[in-house]
Amino acid sequence: MLRVVNFAHGTMYMLGAFATYYGAQFLHLPFFPMLILAPLAVGLFGVLIEVVLLRRLYGLDPIYNLLLTFAIVLILEDLMRLIAGPLGSPYAIPDALSGATNLGFVLYPTYKLFVIAVALLVCVATWYVIERTAVGGRIRAATENPVITRALGIDVRRLITVTFGFGVGVAALAGVLAAPTTNVQPNMGDAIIIYTFAIVVIGGLGSIVGSIVAGFALGLIQAIGVVVYPPISTTLIFIMMVIVIVVRPAGLFGRVETGH
Amino acid sequence: MIRTLGRDRVAAIGVVLLLIGLVLPKVIYPVVGIDLLCFALFAVSFDLLFGYVGLLSFGQALFWGGGGYVAAIVIARGHVDVAIAIAVGVAYAVVAAALVGMLAVRRAGIYFAMVTLAVAQIQYFLAVQFVDLTGGDNGLNLGARGHLLGIPIENDVVYYYIAFVLVVLGIWFALRVTRSPFGSVLQAMRENEPRAIALGYRVNRYKVAVFTMAGGLAGFAGALYAVGNHLAGLEMVDWHTSGAVVMMTVLGGIGTVVGPVVGAGLFQLLEYFVAKTPIGEETNLVMGAIFALCILLFRRGIVGSFLTPRAKRAKV
Repeated sequence: MLRVVNFAHGTMYMLGAFATYYGAQFLHLPFFPMLILAPLAVGLFGVLIEVVLLRRLYGLDPIYNLLLTFAIVLILEDLMRLIAGPLGSPYAIPDALSGATNLGFVLYPTYKLFVIAVALLVCVATWYVIERTAVGGRIRAATENPVITRALGIDVRRLITVTFGFGVGVAALAGVLAAPTTNVQPNMGDAIIIYTFAIVVIGGLGSIVGSIVAGFALGLIQAIGVVVYPPISTTLIFIMMVIVIVVRPAGLFGRVETGH
Repeated sequence: MIRTLGRDRVAAIGVVLLLIGLVLPKVIYPVVGIDLLCFALFAVSFDLLFGYVGLLSFGQALFWGGGGYVAAIVIARGHVDVAIAIAVGVAYAVVAAALVGMLAVRRAGIYFAMVTLAVAQIQYFLAVQFVDLTGGDNGLNLGARGHLLGIPIENDVVYYYIAFVLVVLGIWFALRVTRSPFGSVLQAMRENEPRAIALGYRVNRYKVAVFTMAGGLAGFAGALYAVGNHLAGLEMVDWHTSGAVVMMTVLGGIGTVVGPVVGAGLFQLLEYFVAKTPIGEETNLVMGAIFALCILLFRRGIVGSFLTPRAKRAKV
């Protein structure tokens, strides 16, 4: 949305997971408050990064922003490696969500159902805010044409900061949700960011619906791929991306970008 | 502009670098010197893309690692002269680069970076999964380097000087490209793509062509690197390597050819020394911080800042 491609998004996801882990370890905070607290803390950290570092580069080619966020990835990842060690730390599924639920046709882990519910909720809420509210309208206007938007008396700078912080917060929330299912480790953001890029390219940049649809569809395709031919599951998403670029360069739901 | 202003300075830096290159194995461990040479050529190849056309590829490890792996596989399986293995590695990189180039030029700017990164990941996962061919997590070990055009190259110093000559030839080739009419068109595209199109240049063809050249050079450097280290390992195809070459090139100064050589040298040496401090393996902490400062404060890079008159520095 912001024309800021954040390489560090996966890192924020990792920080969200670590915040959850350390919250439990040192402050004895249970899982549920962390769903709010961790995204808030990491989101604020994101705001700090935006205000102190990224803002300086807005007048330039967005490529520099990408490079700076790449540097942030390297710094934060190795910092966490120094603090937490390269190996993962386990985090238990909260009692209330452990076990399985009978859905009538299949027995499914309760925690995964919870994750699906929260993910859907956040996706719908994000889509609603961006597409249907006044704030969302301003964000879209600021993306479309920052100069005119500013002329209309809207503080574009602050809008960008808040939106960036929100995006980082959502990434951290994903990290909190992932903490009980995967090992919490410094490189957990690496894999996810490249998948995220592929999803965004497939869905079409700046299209929330596109990203959501592509994200879920690819999860499904990948799951099918695992059953049909396991070795292909890791590369399938990238192969899909290649096909999409050949057939529809702008992405499934995207418009053709103008210039850079 | 940089070239006309600073041609003498580029030549001067070139001569200094050549001299340093000649005495390097006496100063540092020769294998570190070999790594340094290979990364220098790798960074120069990337400069062709980013510095001269403005194409930020985040997937150059595809060609570097691809060239390295293919050369190593040919040596391990075929027991042929190393020259043939390297040639096959380069051929692989050229073909891969032509294909990826045709795909990636459909998108511009940051999307180009994302697409190249994602495509490079395909090869990474293939390298992880085809254990029989690539050795998987362990990488593909070469017992001995063998012979290059009949010359035994097991001795590190001998191999260093052979690699030195080849790398200098590679860099000379890149320099020739940038100063050719073809190179002028590339720079015209970087400065103003719509105008280049209006002038009748088929910019996408030029982009694919330069992407292929850069890929071939990267594959050449990667093959030399793999032979030098007796190993084609997963980190060669890892996306962090793609990122590292971006850092070296930008740090040294994009669009200068000699800059990336300086950047690669500094980067490698810094990494070597930082690894010996208490920070240890986590060298990216330092490298990332230096790179962040470079992006924020001197985007022209070390050599770029040196070549540009003070008054014009503020612009980019």
